[in-house]
Amino acid sequence: MASHQFIFQGHTLEARGDGALFWAAENILIVSDLHLGKSERIARRGGSLLPPYETDDTLSRLDTAINQTHPAHVICLGDSFDDLTAAGQLDERHQTWITRLQAGRAWTWIEGNHDAGDTAFGGTHVAQLAHDRLIFTHIATPKTGEISGHYHPKATINLRGRAVTRPAFLYDECHLMLPSFGTYTGGLKTTDPALSQLFTKTARAILTGHAPIEIPMPR
Amino acid sequence: MELPNQIETWFSARGWQLHQHQQDMLDCADDPATLLIAPTGGGKTMAGFLPTLSELATTEHEGLHTLYVSPLKALAADIKRNLRTPVDEIGLPIRIEDRTGDTTQTQKKRQRADPPHILLTTPESLALLISYPDAQRMFKGLQRIVIDEIHALSESKRGDQLFLALSRLQAMCPDLRRVGLSATVEDPAAIAHLMARHPDPCKILHAEAGAPPDIEMLEIDEAPPWAGSGGRYAIPSVLREIARHKTTLIFHNTRAQAELFFHDLWLANEAQLPIAIHHGSLAREQREKVESAMAMGALKAVVCTGSLDLGIDWGDVDLVIQIGAPKNVKRLVQRIGRANHRYNAPSKARLVPANRFEVMECIAALNAVRDHDLDGDPRGSGPRDVLCQHILIRACAGPFNADDLYAEIISAGAYTALSRAQFDDCLEFCATGGYALRAYDRWQRLLQTADGNWQLRDPRASQRIRMNIGTIQDTDTLKVRLKNRMGGKPLGEVEEGFAATLTAGDTFLIGGQVVRYEGLREMTVEVTRRGGDKPKIATFLGTKFATSTQLSERILMMFQQQDWPELPPATRDWLHLQRKASQLPSPNRLMIESFPHDGRAQTVVYGFAGRNAQQTLGLLLTNKMEEAGLGPLGFVATDYATLIWSLDPVNQPHDMLNPATMRDGLETWLAGNAVMKRTFKASATIAGLIERNLPNARKSGRQATFSSDILYDTLHKYDPDHVMMQITREEAMRGLVDFGRIEQMLSRVEDRIDLITLDRISPLSAPLFLEAGRVPVRGLAEERLMADEAERLMSAAGVPMTAPKRWAVPF
Repeated sequence: MASHQFIFQGHTLEARGDGALFWAAENILIVSDLHLGKSERIARRGGSLLPPYETDDTLSRLDTAINQTHPAHVICLGDSFDDLTAAGQLDERHQTWITRLQAGRAWTWIEGNHDAGDTAFGGTHVAQLAHDRLIFTHIATPKTGEISGHYHPKATINLRGRAVTRPAFLYDECHLMLPSFGTYTGGLKTTDPALSQLFTKTARAILTGHAPIEIPMPR
Repeated sequence: MELPNQIETWFSARGWQLHQHQQDMLDCADDPATLLIAPTGGGKTMAGFLPTLSELATTEHEGLHTLYVSPLKALAADIKRNLRTPVDEIGLPIRIEDRTGDTTQTQKKRQRADPPHILLTTPESLALLISYPDAQRMFKGLQRIVIDEIHALSESKRGDQLFLALSRLQAMCPDLRRVGLSATVEDPAAIAHLMARHPDPCKILHAEAGAPPDIEMLEIDEAPPWAGSGGRYAIPSVLREIARHKTTLIFHNTRAQAELFFHDLWLANEAQLPIAIHHGSLAREQREKVESAMAMGALKAVVCTGSLDLGIDWGDVDLVIQIGAPKNVKRLVQRIGRANHRYNAPSKARLVPANRFEVMECIAALNAVRDHDLDGDPRGSGPRDVLCQHILIRACAGPFNADDLYAEIISAGAYTALSRAQFDDCLEFCATGGYALRAYDRWQRLLQTADGNWQLRDPRASQRIRMNIGTIQDTDTLKVRLKNRMGGKPLGEVEEGFAATLTAGDTFLIGGQVVRYEGLREMTVEVTRRGGDKPKIATFLGTKFATSTQLSERILMMFQQQDWPELPPATRDWLHLQRKASQLPSPNRLMIESFPHDGRAQTVVYGFAGRNAQQTLGLLLTNKMEEAGLGPLGFVATDYATLIWSLDPVNQPHDMLNPATMRDGLETWLAGNAVMKRTFKASATIAGLIERNLPNARKSGRQATFSSDILYDTLHKYDPDHVMMQITREEAMRGLVDFGRIEQMLSRVEDRIDLITLDRISPLSAPLFLEAGRVPVRGLAEERLMADEAERLMSAAGVPMTAPKRWAVPF
């Protein structure tokens, strides 16, 4: 998976094309908004019966990212499960899979708005985590040095009449936001006030995909 | 059946006589199904209602007697007015009401409790009605159903939905008799097959044909341009015709063209003739204003699109002008029929080709009309996405037995060949999702009870199902409003994809005026007025017509002539020029032009195989081009040719067009193509897998919803044989993809493929560059372009690359 290096708060970080962030110096892999169990939650609430394969897909992409980076520590930035019931109702196969991914490394579950509270999974459950001037949290508050998720940012680039929209990392001098890593997740455009007001004029967007690219954040 | 006295008296008081076909309709009033084919203005609707009026005049009837279904809401309202007059004058105690999306909730509720004698409605409203548990009571005693403009319905999924609803109605009311009213069509038996209750027959009646239409090319002083689709050069001549006639309808093939033409027409309208514009993207208030002005005869002309196509009787139209080649002869004939709504008076129409290629299309169309050579393709078996929706609708009405429902469904013409296994797959899909991985046993949508019947697990789900009823594909659109403190006047809507390409300051046309894009606010496009400016951007993308192959065959034959004395001089010169600069296509050979234009390599393949086949060719060739690393970016198909643009030119077409290897790797390529994803989105919405984007849901935040492409990709990866994927393939093969014709063409031409390399655009290819319906190709070329654009944006922003250069995959 190709990745794009950039500097945030003096740290060199890698925005991976799959939407994960790798901090090589500290050997930490960060992902956000996995939304595991989403199709089950929608069905449970009487919505559509969506193809129940998103947990497999999300975990297999996470598996690949872990395999390629061998992190000592994985941080999930919240909304890892679509809700706590979904966390409790994952297939045994998926539970084992997560446990296997956790083996031999530290694992931090940051709580999100969808999954506030404890789950049966190992690792540390915290509201936020501070590490070397950086703060890992679900929703930007905003405080300098925050790395957050929640908004599922996506950015559009215009190629002479063709608009290409991709999930994107956003960052400026103070904040870094990750795209959602979960398969069944939509996105919020960078032009939305929620995002354009959070980031300064010099903010950048790194579009995910085959070869991630960095552009000024469209606003 | 005899006409009752009071009706006969009314007829003779007006000095009218029954038309033969009206008498015929009375005579077979008791038949289970009758299809009447009559030209526009032939008293078709009266013929459909006479048996109803006669029965209601002579016998007491409690409750609903006749249901009238038409494709347009406006048509239902129109018929209500036109039926009211005779009913009141004859003095019949008949209640007539309409029920459409515009009817109020209170009114709707009352109609279900106390239905009128005659109810006028649309297929969608009928589908909704049969979804209520009290449907049986409402339709009790129903005798007749009259389906108006059935030719228009029978071409679309709206018709499939209607005929399925009819099978349900028939089960509730075994004595129900069906009547279809159709304009002149090529194959009446096909419509009769769709509307019959199988195995009962459906009788076909023909009204006497009206006077032959007076149809010619409009005489225009100026020569048409090489390319272009607006018909702007014809404006002085069109204005002259408007002044000479009472009311003129000016038809365009797309909304964008209608907008541009109206804008220019208005600028040239020095005599200040009252002229208006009408199309489906305009705000309802705007449209209603035009409709009532027209009904009052206050307008000299209306620039319009298909939204005025059907038989609405507004005002006194005595001329129809068609701008741009009529893509379909049947549609042309129906449009012509709009002029002069009196029987036996010839309707008058003039054609305005928008460019030189269209001159030939117009001549081919004129010849086809004179030869009574209407086009039309058989539709094939009933689509299963509509079937899934019907099963859900049936479940809303209460518990059902699968055997009974299957028996009802195969009584509908389009579904007579549906196998039990195909039905069961759809039922399973509705019940559990039908996935290979059994995940939702607890959360099924439909459950089977102990007695074997199926029912909704949660009855509250019915509300959700009802909200998603319908088969009309609505592209995601955004409302356009004038920006001001008061909230602004609504102007209409544009496609979301179009809005995405706008940046502040861009100007475009809507409702005939030039507006400036200011920004997006709560899913509304805000604009300001910019009078007089030239719009910078073409308007929203139009939908494309499925077109006929027979016109393209006629044109290919015209190319073979040495000279064209019958064509206008400009067009004749243009053909000679093409012959000099390049070649003209000929039968049994395949001509390909390759030239640079617009910063891209362009490849034009003149297959003359019809649009679906040419589109398939686009899919096949871009696949081969991607394999060869030529960086295809997209293609567009017409009846005659496929235009492909790419980063690098095609040099070896023979290898790429080898029938033996052509389909290699296609399965994978096709699966990832935008054509399939669009089809999936439409079918999955109809079948109830995806819920419609309701305006309120969208406002509340986009991150909650995700693209249907993700569902498609997921199914393709984990469950490629899922019924929804089967349906997607079935639907793509029906409408968009046509392998048979391409393989036939390639084996006919063998190696007679001529690649002509030019240094610039050829005369014949020029019109292709303005075609709507471009299909993007998402391959490696997109990554290359993105990287370039990113560099440009970063340096434009004045930021040097602060980060180390990324590690990139070599292309």
